[in-house]
Amino acid sequence: MTHAAATELAAATNENLANISNVLIYSAMAVYTLAFFAYIAEWLLGSRSKVGRTAAALTEKTQVAKPAVTVKKAGGTAVLERPQVVVRAAAGERDVPDGPGAHGGDEQGDLYGRIAVSLTVLAFAIAAGGVLTRALSVQRAPWGNMYEFNITFSTVAVGVYLAFLALRKNIRWLGLPLITTVLLDLGVAVTILYTASDQLVPALHSYWLYIHVSTAILCGAVFYVGAVGTVLYLFKDTYENKLATGGKPGRFASSVLERLPASASLDKFSYRVNAAVFPLWTFTIIAGAIWAGDAWGRYWGWDPKETWSFITWVAYAGYLHARATAGWKGRKAAYIALIAFACWLFNYYGVNLFVNGLHSYAGV
Amino acid sequence: MSNAETKATAKADTKAKVDTKAHANTTATVASADEEQDLGAARSQLSTAPKEDAAKEDAPHLPSLGVIGWARWFWRQLTSMRVALLLLFLLSLAAIPGSLIPQSGQDETKVADFMNRHETLGPVYEKLGLFHVYSSVWFSAIYILLFISLIGCIVPRTWQFVEQLRGRPPRAPRRLNRLPAYATWRTEAEPEQVREIALTVLKGRRFRSHVAGDAVAAEKGYLREAGNLVFHLALIVMLVAFAWGQLFKSEGTKLILQGDGFANTMTQYDDFKSGNLFTLDDLDSFSFNLKSAKATYERNGPNRGTPRTFESHITYSVGADGKEKPATIKVNKPLVVGDSKVYMINFGYAPVITVRDGKGKVVFKDAVPLLPIDGNLTSSGAVKVLDGYRNAKGEKEQLGFNAFFVPTFAGAGKGQMLSQFPALDFPVLALSAYRGDLGVDSGIPQNIYQLNKTNLKEFKDSKGQLLKKRLLPGETMKLPDGAGSVTFDSVEPWSRFQITQQPGSGWALAGAIAAILGLAASLFIQRRRVWVRAVKGADGVTVVEMAGLGRSESAQLPEELGDLAGLVHDKAPTAPDHATEADSTPKSSGTRTPPSSDSSPSSPSSPSSDSSDPSHADPAPEPDAGTTNPDPPVVPAEGAETP
Ligand code: HEM
Repeated sequence: MTHAAATELAAATNENLANISNVLIYSAMAVYTLAFFAYIAEWLLGSRSKVGRTAAALTEKTQVAKPAVTVKKAGGTAVLERPQVVVRAAAGERDVPDGPGAHGGDEQGDLYGRIAVSLTVLAFAIAAGGVLTRALSVQRAPWGNMYEFNITFSTVAVGVYLAFLALRKNIRWLGLPLITTVLLDLGVAVTILYTASDQLVPALHSYWLYIHVSTAILCGAVFYVGAVGTVLYLFKDTYENKLATGGKPGRFASSVLERLPASASLDKFSYRVNAAVFPLWTFTIIAGAIWAGDAWGRYWGWDPKETWSFITWVAYAGYLHARATAGWKGRKAAYIALIAFACWLFNYYGVNLFVNGLHSYAGV
Repeated sequence: MSNAETKATAKADTKAKVDTKAHANTTATVASADEEQDLGAARSQLSTAPKEDAAKEDAPHLPSLGVIGWARWFWRQLTSMRVALLLLFLLSLAAIPGSLIPQSGQDETKVADFMNRHETLGPVYEKLGLFHVYSSVWFSAIYILLFISLIGCIVPRTWQFVEQLRGRPPRAPRRLNRLPAYATWRTEAEPEQVREIALTVLKGRRFRSHVAGDAVAAEKGYLREAGNLVFHLALIVMLVAFAWGQLFKSEGTKLILQGDGFANTMTQYDDFKSGNLFTLDDLDSFSFNLKSAKATYERNGPNRGTPRTFESHITYSVGADGKEKPATIKVNKPLVVGDSKVYMINFGYAPVITVRDGKGKVVFKDAVPLLPIDGNLTSSGAVKVLDGYRNAKGEKEQLGFNAFFVPTFAGAGKGQMLSQFPALDFPVLALSAYRGDLGVDSGIPQNIYQLNKTNLKEFKDSKGQLLKKRLLPGETMKLPDGAGSVTFDSVEPWSRFQITQQPGSGWALAGAIAAILGLAASLFIQRRRVWVRAVKGADGVTVVEMAGLGRSESAQLPEELGDLAGLVHDKAPTAPDHATEADSTPKSSGTRTPPSSDSSPSSPSSPSSDSSDPSHADPAPEPDAGTTNPDPPVVPAEGAETP
């Protein structure tokens, strides 16, 4: 009797927590929406200023690719003035300065940008609370079904973005596209994918779940950030090419793209991000294989989920190879990176929803 | 952002014009072929990646080349980066159909179903091997080609790398200031002294360094290349380990009743399959007893009835007469013995049944495992009394019963006999009775879960229908005309185990770990070269130049060079005498102009350099060959421009 009462009480607590989690997720969505408008304001106000440095660097007739020289102060103020380092772009690279960011140098725009980042931080904290209470309500890691996966994924993606900001990386330009998709992701989660909180089937009871799924989510979030960078790179590169060949891009394109970092910078950003998580993605797949070995008696069975993880892995390996192969750098490599990310997405949504396999925990 | 930047931005347009007019000349036109060659040498062998031009080579002219020529051309194509890329692309493409079309290795029934539903498409798919993509000819061809390419790529690269390790970093190019990172200053120390200091500093930072001519040449980050080679090698190790495992693997299943045991010999298996090179001697020697089998299920909520735990408590012993040890096998926790793993893959019920003949003598008493047919463990099977039974007339006869079991009965008259819940809440066994010849001796392998009714006659009830009855535990069904009785005593659980033995998984794991470590080294370590040149200037003061070169442009390289320069500079500080500065630097004006605010293209994603105020200065003027800017380029930091 007492035992039954205790379990009932626990069930009630869990239900409470689950409700709190739902409220938090909805609140986070509200704050993300505010952040979204603040980013929009930043972009809109930024458009008032005339930036045009990409154009300036590329449209001057006399200007031909010439190595950039940058002087850096060697850090610190020693008693003796230390020698300074001159940096130049590799020969053959287009010498285009980075854009000033969405605010375009506009003070009010910058203010809205800062507000947007603050709101993003707030929304992130609330969403993280939502994920945490969800985890507490089910008394396990919150990755048992697609709803939980989605709310965790978007939270981690925003976390990655904020981490870059905290490291003082020039990445605020990512804010608007990121928050837009985060809102979409959460919207899909609460409407279509919502699943009442529940425990796991035995196959999901394993510490490999924690390792495999947490790294998978992190990899996805970072790949996503890389993919956004790649898309922007492609736009910016088109824009620069147009300018360099004397074309005249549209007003809207110039206004937006002028403010982004140079295409070379965006390209390098995506490369670094993708290259940095590739070993982790490799690890994720191997951890998954080990788990499959324990759960199903074979390490690799070409289950659809396994197959698409493999395809994603090979596609990213192809991307890294392309970067090291003459004639494949730049745009072609960028397309491969996007295909690779599309594979990742398909592995998540497509395989969960349309393909039947052992990994059918979608819970929808 | 800052005010300063806003201002500078506004200026950028006009400034760019000034710049471009002043430096209309391009590097490309100014740099002589000679110089390019010089830089090329400095850049050489900074990696072991295959030469790109080898791949670009045109197809050989037919008449001029024999078979060997073609073979060589083909080999060079196959081992080029381009083809490796193509093969990687093909591999991922080829893996797709297997994820969308049912595969016979995974689900034979789905394949059969697909064949039934697609009368034209089915046979075409069959021909193309689309039902077993991952063992099809074309899939194998792609990965085998890829791995040949890989080997053809690794072997020469390894030799090249060993050669690079044996050799020394290449000597300094003539014009260090053309390299991506550059620093210079004048010092009173003698050139030899400076080189000595630089050598110590660089060696202290674990650079491989040596003095070559008037400069120190140093290189670091060889681990990157080593990591890359290890990674690709590890891929081969993994593939071989998998192939090995497939050839020598064995896999079988065994249903064991609670209380029964199992010894790992082939005859004990319910079903068994093995790889092409597997022999019976390869089976690991062990045995175990199933002490108890348990399953629990969710009782409440929307997921009522879904399993929460599956557990088998066993004792096992390794070898012919090893010591008994207890263990628990769960869904994610197989028992591991040698290369074998014992998994619990299923759980079910076995009603204990007693059959008596007309005289009341027990002729059969056993737990009969039944197979679950749905998630609530509705189970079916057959009870077979093979010998020991004599009918009312005293003749030998065999008895057979169709058994249908539900662990949780809905209640009499409530629809079909289907279980409502998988636990033993209200167990009911339904039996129907037959007699005659079970056909076991006919030589045809029998399904133990089904009756072969060809030579069986039904027992009839009073209405002349097939005799059948629902029994609760402890209840008995009488057979008509003194033929005896059958009693449902109790229920025992059983577990089904899968025992797989796959040698080589240790190697696969080792390969996987090596691959990750190698990959990390390959992607996170930067291979770079640093040169320090010290020569006496015309005025007798030593001019020090330092330059760095990475395989790809890296944000860290300038920072590292700054650090190194600082260390060397501490020991060989800038000459206090600035008297000569004014006239010895006629062209330094360029670097003195206030910078525009553009941030460096080399530090886009890592504005860590923001902290060090990257300022996009004017391009350096072409310095005269051999000479250097004796004064360090003095450029005010960005903030200095604030009004
Ligand atoms: C089994 C298929 C293969 C996979 C999964 C694979 C994967 C990778 C990865 C992830 C990298 C990135 C490391 C980096 O950027 O430094 C890489 C680099 C490299 N791979 Fe592969 N590779 C494969 C086959 C090959 C083959 C067949 C070749 C020979 C043609 C090759 C040659 C290289 C080279 C030269 C690099 C270094 C490129 C550089 O220095 O940046 N790989 N490989």
